Amino acid sequence: MQGVKLPVTVKCEINVLLIAVTVLGLLTRLYGIHIPASVVFDEVYYGQFVSLYMKRVFFIDESGPPLGHMILALGGYLGDFDGNFVWNRIGAEYTSNVPVWTLRLIPALCGSLCVPLGYLLVVELGYSHFTALGASLLLLMENSLIVQSRFMLLDSVLIFFLLLAVVSYLRFHKAPKSSLWKWLWLFLSGTSCAFAVGVKYMGLFTYLLLLGLAAVHTWHVIGDKTLCNVKHLNTIVVVRFLVLVVMPALLYLGFFYVHLILLYRSGPHDQMMSSAFQASLEGGLSRITQGQPLEVAFGSQVTLRSASSKPLPCWLHSHKANYPIRYENGRGSSHQQQVTCYPFKDVNNWWIIKDPSRQSLVVSSPPRPVRHGDIIQLLHGMTSRFLNTHDVAAPMSPHSQEVTGYIDFNVSMPAQNLWRVDITNRESDRDVWKTILSEVQLIHVNTSAVLKLSGASLPDWGFRQLEVVGDKIYKGYQQSGVWNVEEHRYGKSHEQKERELELKSPTHDDISRNLTFMAKFIELQWKMLTVRNEESEHKYSSLPLEWITMDTNIAYWLHPSNNAQIHLIGNSVTWTLANLALFIYVLLFLTYLLRRRRKIEDIPEACWEQLVLAGVVCSGGWVVNYLPFFLMEKTLFLYHYLPALTFQILQIPVVVEHLYTHVLRSPSQHKAFGGVILAALCSVYFCYRIFSPLTYGQPELTSEELAALRWRDSWDILFRKR
Amino acid sequence: MEGRCGEGSHTQSPSCAAVRSRKPCMDTGKHREKASSKKTEPRRATRPSSSDTRGLNGTSTEKRLRYSDCDYTPLCPLLSVAALSLCTRFYRITEPPHVCWDETHFGKMGSYYINRTFFFDVHPPLGKMLIGLAGYLTGYDGTFPFIKPGDKYEHHNYWGMRGFCAVLGSCLPPFAFLVVLELSHSTPAALITASLLIFDTGYITLSQYILLDPILMFFIMGAVLSMVKFNHQRLRPFSWSWWLWLLLTGVNLSGSLGVKFVGLFNILLVGINTAWDLWRLLGDLHLSLVDFMKHLIARMFGLIMLPLFLYTTIFAVHFVILNRSGPGDGFFSSAFQSRLIGNNLHNATMPEYLAYGSIITLKNLRIAGGYLHSHWHLYPEGVGAHQQQVTAYLHKDYNNLWLVKRPNSDDFTWNPELIRHGDIIRLEHKETTRNLHSHLHEAPLTKKHLQVTGYGINGTGDPNDLWQVEVCGGKKGDPVKVLRSKVRLLHRSTGCVLYSSGKTLPKWGWEQVEVTCSPYLKETPNSQWNIEDHVNPKLPNISLHVLKPSFLEILLESHIVMIRGNSGLKPKDNEINSKPWHWPINYQVIWWLNLFSLGLFVVMVSLCCVALQRGAKLGGTKKAHCQVLMEGGGLLFLGWLLHYLPFYTMGRILYYHHYFPAMLFSSMLTGLTLDTFLQNADLLFSPAVSKYILRGGQIVLLVGILHSFYLFHPLSYGMNGPLAHDPTSSMAGLRWLDSWEF
Repeated sequence: MQGVKLPVTVKCEINVLLIAVTVLGLLTRLYGIHIPASVVFDEVYYGQFVSLYMKRVFFIDESGPPLGHMILALGGYLGDFDGNFVWNRIGAEYTSNVPVWTLRLIPALCGSLCVPLGYLLVVELGYSHFTALGASLLLLMENSLIVQSRFMLLDSVLIFFLLLAVVSYLRFHKAPKSSLWKWLWLFLSGTSCAFAVGVKYMGLFTYLLLLGLAAVHTWHVIGDKTLCNVKHLNTIVVVRFLVLVVMPALLYLGFFYVHLILLYRSGPHDQMMSSAFQASLEGGLSRITQGQPLEVAFGSQVTLRSASSKPLPCWLHSHKANYPIRYENGRGSSHQQQVTCYPFKDVNNWWIIKDPSRQSLVVSSPPRPVRHGDIIQLLHGMTSRFLNTHDVAAPMSPHSQEVTGYIDFNVSMPAQNLWRVDITNRESDRDVWKTILSEVQLIHVNTSAVLKLSGASLPDWGFRQLEVVGDKIYKGYQQSGVWNVEEHRYGKSHEQKERELELKSPTHDDISRNLTFMAKFIELQWKMLTVRNEESEHKYSSLPLEWITMDTNIAYWLHPSNNAQIHLIGNSVTWTLANLALFIYVLLFLTYLLRRRRKIEDIPEACWEQLVLAGVVCSGGWVVNYLPFFLMEKTLFLYHYLPALTFQILQIPVVVEHLYTHVLRSPSQHKAFGGVILAALCSVYFCYRIFSPLTYGQPELTSEELAALRWRDSWDILFRKR
Repeated sequence: MEGRCGEGSHTQSPSCAAVRSRKPCMDTGKHREKASSKKTEPRRATRPSSSDTRGLNGTSTEKRLRYSDCDYTPLCPLLSVAALSLCTRFYRITEPPHVCWDETHFGKMGSYYINRTFFFDVHPPLGKMLIGLAGYLTGYDGTFPFIKPGDKYEHHNYWGMRGFCAVLGSCLPPFAFLVVLELSHSTPAALITASLLIFDTGYITLSQYILLDPILMFFIMGAVLSMVKFNHQRLRPFSWSWWLWLLLTGVNLSGSLGVKFVGLFNILLVGINTAWDLWRLLGDLHLSLVDFMKHLIARMFGLIMLPLFLYTTIFAVHFVILNRSGPGDGFFSSAFQSRLIGNNLHNATMPEYLAYGSIITLKNLRIAGGYLHSHWHLYPEGVGAHQQQVTAYLHKDYNNLWLVKRPNSDDFTWNPELIRHGDIIRLEHKETTRNLHSHLHEAPLTKKHLQVTGYGINGTGDPNDLWQVEVCGGKKGDPVKVLRSKVRLLHRSTGCVLYSSGKTLPKWGWEQVEVTCSPYLKETPNSQWNIEDHVNPKLPNISLHVLKPSFLEILLESHIVMIRGNSGLKPKDNEINSKPWHWPINYQVIWWLNLFSLGLFVVMVSLCCVALQRGAKLGGTKKAHCQVLMEGGGLLFLGWLLHYLPFYTMGRILYYHHYFPAMLFSSMLTGLTLDTFLQNADLLFSPAVSKYILRGGQIVLLVGILHSFYLFHPLSYGMNGPLAHDPTSSMAGLRWLDSWEF
């Protein structure tokens, strides 16, 4: 009631609270973030990408979309980081050129802003400012969130965008009809969803939850009979769809666009991409291929790269060694020259394209381009053997044909060295074979076998290179059967000796080739989703089940000479309270639900709806961010639980207020409950204080004090032997 | 004809009278009735109208539109469906007279039951037990070895097992017919579904051989049919037919779970349906809480207790029948093996405590963990040191034997000395006389672990061969008990622990399981071993009847082994593996039709929902159609989702035939959707035209299905002539998708 009389004062009061928690948040997160000045835990992982951004070098990181790395790199940019640091070991001291403070600033800011966002979220759910204050205090004193915010890590950024998305959606939902602000909130919500997904794929879970909520709300709007104007209704639905679905998708594309604009130099991960992609990077393949003739002609000297990069990217290769007469298992071979696929650049990767009807090995002038459907012979540059295949079982894949460099042993095994060029990505049937751009199948004329990488590698006699076979039962489109010309020049020398010299000389000349952004995006995204690092066991990896009770911790950093250390350990009191609150909520919800079904209304309808909405956001947020981990097969860590934990913590004040106003009736109960709340907050504070040495890494503790902090036997706290 | 409705056995069906009294309502639907076949007229007459609000207790329950409960099943179509499906399934069933495809597994397992030999399979036993039973009853003696596909059966009686599967397989179309009839109350819809299933060559093929799929699908369809029938009994709770269908649902559920774990999806479907039903009952304020509890308890009994009981019974029978040692022993723990006649642990006697000079086998405690094994093969170059391989191997073998020696001498002449917790030993491989060895090279697969090898000649090695014995939960001086002690072996010089990672080595390691030395000393079953065989002539033997496990322990263990086995079926190179998103688009006309109808269904239901949500006033028949789509169609769509989507999350190897249960639901949905769609043609066209469209649509469908069957039937009845790659083959034109393999 006072609020109506003195709106200005009340408003000020709210702002003070909000500002107070913001300031406290900033203090707890930003205090001394430049200490320790050495690599802490996963900084070693993210740091290398920051360096690559600073140097504008292209990389692939399969762990997540590029926005997160870009945000971290922004910190480096603000601190004028030159990218010169070797990120190889946790605990390595930073050199003076690394702007530690600015690198850690952005995650810390995001982490601090989570505190007021928690406040706003609870207010938007319809609970009192007192409750909201409680929520923000719990977030404020959560050691695990503090630790995760204070270093160059992504989780605090993710949590920030998740909370922002939810808060702004709730604002949108409660705003009066068709005000401009309403649509701005919706826009903000869509944007932060996109940002959350852009930071880590994990953001997708909360995004889907939000979409579900929005779908239900929209469904109610559709059912709203007061909206008679169908056109208006359609607009509402379409706008929501555009802002919450289409716009985030476009923004997601935008992140990749910026990513590819920023990273234009070739780097360590080039090999994983196709030739065309590599050619678009400065200094990579483009340095070699610039100025190559575009159209492959009879007499061209080429290297042929397999489109498949499984098991390794490689080039069609041959060398002066024959298949053994008999293999280990007793099968025989043709004993002709080996043809393999070799994962390194080599002069033996060069082949010459010859017209079967002419003797000439040079490009005529004007050049006669090779077109789709033409018959060619492929001559190995250094050994002058023709690429050949015949009905002899291949060494490792006996169901396919052996591919050889043909040698005439006079044993009634005639040369079968004619190949038909089949351009798979042709636009017309008379398309010219183009360097890098054309994807080509080489189909053997006599047997219709397709030249293909089998995926197996040869034993010692084949120098462990990859096996190439002719596949007779080739079906559909397989990457392993597709090749493209990577390096290319027009052959000029008539004599073998000259030709060998020519082959060894580098190609030169200049033209640039461009892939469209969408083509690059699709290739990059596909590689990111399909490239799997070998799953690795980690000393601090844990199972999702251990997270609820915090049976595990992660040592982030240990001082090189004394006992000061940083651990990811949460506030045990808060974690217990959060579990308890979730349990009570489920209990309350089920009781009300069943009783309402029997038409017994314990609480007013509005209150019930408020409770349901709070449950969907808080418990729902916990569920969608936690349960999917049970299905994942990758290595998991405690910090994966933090987004779920944030939502779970917000459940505590919600349940408390509900109990206070609706379940406990008498004033004496209210008083007692108030005491309990105060006691709980105090113990949360004490727990925060007790563990703060492990959170901030200072002050140093003695071994006895550390041992006293080991509340659970399963925690791994490090003791330095003196 | 409507008289039939009143003549039936229904003293308790006042609603029938109600229907008759509302005859004028039905006139609106007359033109549809004429369009459909004559046989369906009685059915039509009982088609409910929207104004029927007489619920269980006469309250207004708008959501649930009550159908008449005076049933009349059109017998003629049903019989012809049954006859046709029997004909298609039994036609040339004995051909080909050799082992086809997976018959090599399931036929073999049937034989194991007849021979009472213990084996291991990743599926629960019911399907194979039934196959065995069918074989036994038809005079198959279990002697055919089923070694590989293509083996000739010759004089063995294999037709009984195939016939049994075919009978179950031919139950599918009639069941589907009844389900769709129940859900849509439209005979044409039911006929469309039945003809889809009868003439689908995939189902015919699956039903003609000794496979688990027809049995599984029989139980799935049985459960769905009983569930739908049970739903229909909701107005007569606790009547005998109500109980019958409830219990039948339970029985079929346990059957489907007993054949394959895919049955779980079916249980989920029935569970969701039951929960929804209970929710409805709970909201019915005229039903007292006591009555509600009765409902709840009855369902808990029928759908949880009974299936659980039957399921355990199946396993009990399985364990009682298979009491002889066989190829599956090694997958199970030592205690389990002591049950099996012929196993060396059955009624075995051996020295109780481990001593120097003993010859032992070490079994990993991970469930389905193998024996510590080595053989005359080296790690290939590039994989750690070029020394002898040490692996874990699931089968019993002489290469699993190890000799326990003192750290420094080979002398056993004196009295045997017991090994105690904390002692240091060497383990010499009996066959190759190499010592168990580890060193600072990375393990072949688990890169953070150390490699374990066999090293040295004739038992002489180096200090890296020393291992410290640690009894879990023991203290210094405790002796090591055979079979019962969990032992860890700590490597002396590097401090790591002997570990079985459970990963399968590539071909060079004969696809045995990797053994490493783990630097992480957490106590997991992977790093714990027990001593299984133990020979030491200098020690007194004791009898080992202490080991006999209880039935529950066996049950639990066999489940864990099955689940491990299932997730262990990872796709290997060069094997036919398919991705779930290929499935719905992979076969022929019928599959395309199903896919199309799924889309059509989603569109139609969305339209229905939006119309209802906007409060559109729908006419009686339109509303009934909406109801059929949303309730019946919704149920089938849910069934399809539940049987299809989970495969996306599975890491194991997948085949096309995994889609068949989902396709049952999809086919039923097709019948229902297309029929509703055709009947609503009058929304777009004039009534006269729409009548023709209805007729024409039905005819086109039938002809299409038959034509597809005619084109593809050589596939299911065996092909003659060259393969399809050959353009001269009769099949060449039929390779519509490049990914098909004939």
